Amino acid sequence: MEKNRRTFLKAAGASAVGLSIAPAMKAHAFGEYFMPSDQTGQQENALIGKHWGMVIDLTKMTEEISAKLTEVCHAAHNVPKLDNIKHEIKWIWGEHFDHAFTDHMNLYISDAMKHAPVPVLCNQCENPPCVRACPTKATFKREDGIVLMDFHRCIGCRFCMAACPYGSRSFNLQDPRNGLENRKPTNPQFPTRMKGVVEKCNFCAERLAVGKIPLCAEVSEGAITFGDLSDPESEIRKVLSASFTIRRNPGLGTGPSVYYIVGGGGDHA
Amino acid sequence: MTNDKPKIIAGLVIFVLIATSPVWLNRGKTKEAPTPVMAAEATAKGYCVMPKAEMKAKHMKVLDGWRNSVVRNGQRVYVNESGKQFTMSLSNTCLECHTNKAEFCDKCHVYASVNPYCWDCHVDPKEK
Amino acid sequence: MLEKAIKGTKNYWLLLIVLSGIAGIGFLVYLNQFSFGLGITGLRRDVTWGFYIAQFTFLVGVAAGGVMLVLPYYLHDYKAFGRITILGEFLAVGAIVMCLLFIVADMGQPIRAMNVILNPTPYSMLFWDFVVLNTYLVLNIVIGWKLLEAERNYVKPPAWVKVLIYISIPCAFGIHTVTAFLYSGLPGRHFWLTAVLAPRFLASAFAAGPSFLILLCLIVRKFTNFDPGTKAMRTLMKIITYALIANIFFFACELFTAFYSGIPSHISHIQYLFMGHDGHGVLVPWMWTSMTLMVTAIGLLIVPSIRNNEKMMPVLCLMVFFGTWIDKGMGMMAGGFVPNPLHQYNEYVPTVKEIIITLGVYATGFMVLTILYKIAVSIKEEVKA
Repeated sequence: MEKNRRTFLKAAGASAVGLSIAPAMKAHAFGEYFMPSDQTGQQENALIGKHWGMVIDLTKMTEEISAKLTEVCHAAHNVPKLDNIKHEIKWIWGEHFDHAFTDHMNLYISDAMKHAPVPVLCNQCENPPCVRACPTKATFKREDGIVLMDFHRCIGCRFCMAACPYGSRSFNLQDPRNGLENRKPTNPQFPTRMKGVVEKCNFCAERLAVGKIPLCAEVSEGAITFGDLSDPESEIRKVLSASFTIRRNPGLGTGPSVYYIVGGGGDHA
Repeated sequence: MTNDKPKIIAGLVIFVLIATSPVWLNRGKTKEAPTPVMAAEATAKGYCVMPKAEMKAKHMKVLDGWRNSVVRNGQRVYVNESGKQFTMSLSNTCLECHTNKAEFCDKCHVYASVNPYCWDCHVDPKEK
Repeated sequence: MLEKAIKGTKNYWLLLIVLSGIAGIGFLVYLNQFSFGLGITGLRRDVTWGFYIAQFTFLVGVAAGGVMLVLPYYLHDYKAFGRITILGEFLAVGAIVMCLLFIVADMGQPIRAMNVILNPTPYSMLFWDFVVLNTYLVLNIVIGWKLLEAERNYVKPPAWVKVLIYISIPCAFGIHTVTAFLYSGLPGRHFWLTAVLAPRFLASAFAAGPSFLILLCLIVRKFTNFDPGTKAMRTLMKIITYALIANIFFFACELFTAFYSGIPSHISHIQYLFMGHDGHGVLVPWMWTSMTLMVTAIGLLIVPSIRNNEKMMPVLCLMVFFGTWIDKGMGMMAGGFVPNPLHQYNEYVPTVKEIIITLGVYATGFMVLTILYKIAVSIKEEVKA
């Protein structure tokens, strides 16, 4: 009797667990559902590259341009302005040279560079530490080199933020709509985010898809060149071969895809 | 061995009562399932990305497939069986015709207690 | 055996009621966090892990510390530990329950937790941490239960339990190594980017875990008829002494590498923690308290007459426990994030709500621990009688 009751209880418990897990397993089949590939495509004028990159010419950068980059980018992507500075979200912003290039310590740097605002954003690394850290592949590298966020999948563990050596990522510590006027997006064509997910610059993937270059490059008044680093004929490669450029902390092995032209002093300033 | 029979039976009765509570608490309060209302724009268009019956049954799967294909594969255009092309976008394609989110989407979702988190991020561009 | 958990003294029930009360308050505050977001904590853009993950890291160590009973008994046949290995195993269960709860409390989207399983990502250390923690949890529940059952029925435990025990030993080292790998493999976080982090974690774990165990043993001895044994506790004290010395030694190695190499990014975090930077220094008193506690504890522990004195044991254990708690909890978290990779100093202080939620998790873990210990001790008493 004793034995039988035990066996019965064990069996009952096991089947209860099985019954409650089964529907959940069905609903969350392993692997995501994609549209069949013969039913999907890209717009004809979409910009397609193998390794998108950016060159930011600091000799042409002014406070005004730098501020404008932030403003238009944040407006286009519904980046909130939150009262609490701790909850700040930013995709691209002007940084002091010392903070942007921590491995280029130099007391006697040219005045032009000392005061030039350095726009910093996600470096779209070739070997992104954030992608390595993410436990759900919510952040991943596309074939064209862009490191993207899948906000639907992010669990908000913030491992990617600890992994990013550039401080490029922000976390939604509260509903980002709290920081939008009337809780309405500034750009209704683009989604907002929700609380509890990490976000960052997406190299304007949504604009590339419709044949436009990233917004910051477009409004930069020639200070930012965008293009395919893998194409030797591209404009960006020409710019790179014509000037001396540096990247942020390349010694960490991340392979940043954003390059900076630093001024030589007098002539350019 | 003590006699636990009454305790066990009392426990079982309480368990059954709690487990079936949704049934008897809602007795006599049945509501008819709402029918989604088509917006004039949608009716005027005359077609959707898939036949109506299919959309009715599979719209959630379609949206799931759309978002994965767009976000993870960078494929933003959907070609349906009759060769028509659509941008895969909830806000910019679906709601372009279905201008009445409240009557078309929310009504049934509320009735069925389905709370998709689409609207936490995606917006109804018509909503001011 | 579960029936032992529902037959207890008034004090037992009182303890459970108090703990569930604290857990309940913690849960209510958590509901606030759940609806508003992690913004109710002191976390910020530059310091994205705080009090929760600090507790998590520390408690993984406490869980791993249980192996300091299991290993000597099963690999070296050290008999004095035989009767209390169960306490180590159940401590591991309680500690891991808290670890898992802290992870959930720290998530921005806790309802999506299962994404870690649905999208397994073998190159992410967090995925492996999830795997080893759950494995270790299950192992300890099964092992503890089977051993206790065998003891109660005066039979030998089944042979496969022994196999599980042998697996659980490297697993204990594994949970803490993988937890250290969460931190030590990140470029640009120079405070963590050190190969000695995992060994240092293990050293502090083998100091903190056993000191907590001794405290529990003393409580068990005072309130029940089961005596864990003076010899066992003295041996544990010896283990604590070595582990704590190793912990401080590893820290000294860090100091040497950072300051002798003179590399600013390695120095700046340590300087921030112990000296502060430009008016930023909320942790300075904490860090010195931690160091004072640990160094003083070493000074006392190396004297056999003090170490073996049962009046001194709780004092020493508390010193070790809190010293390592500050060092590995807050020190390790804030030290890694401040200054940020752009060399800016933005400090972190936990909020009251955050601390209440933390206490709630601790209370839940202690409830699990109380119930498990009640079962274990009741059976020990029964067998003895």
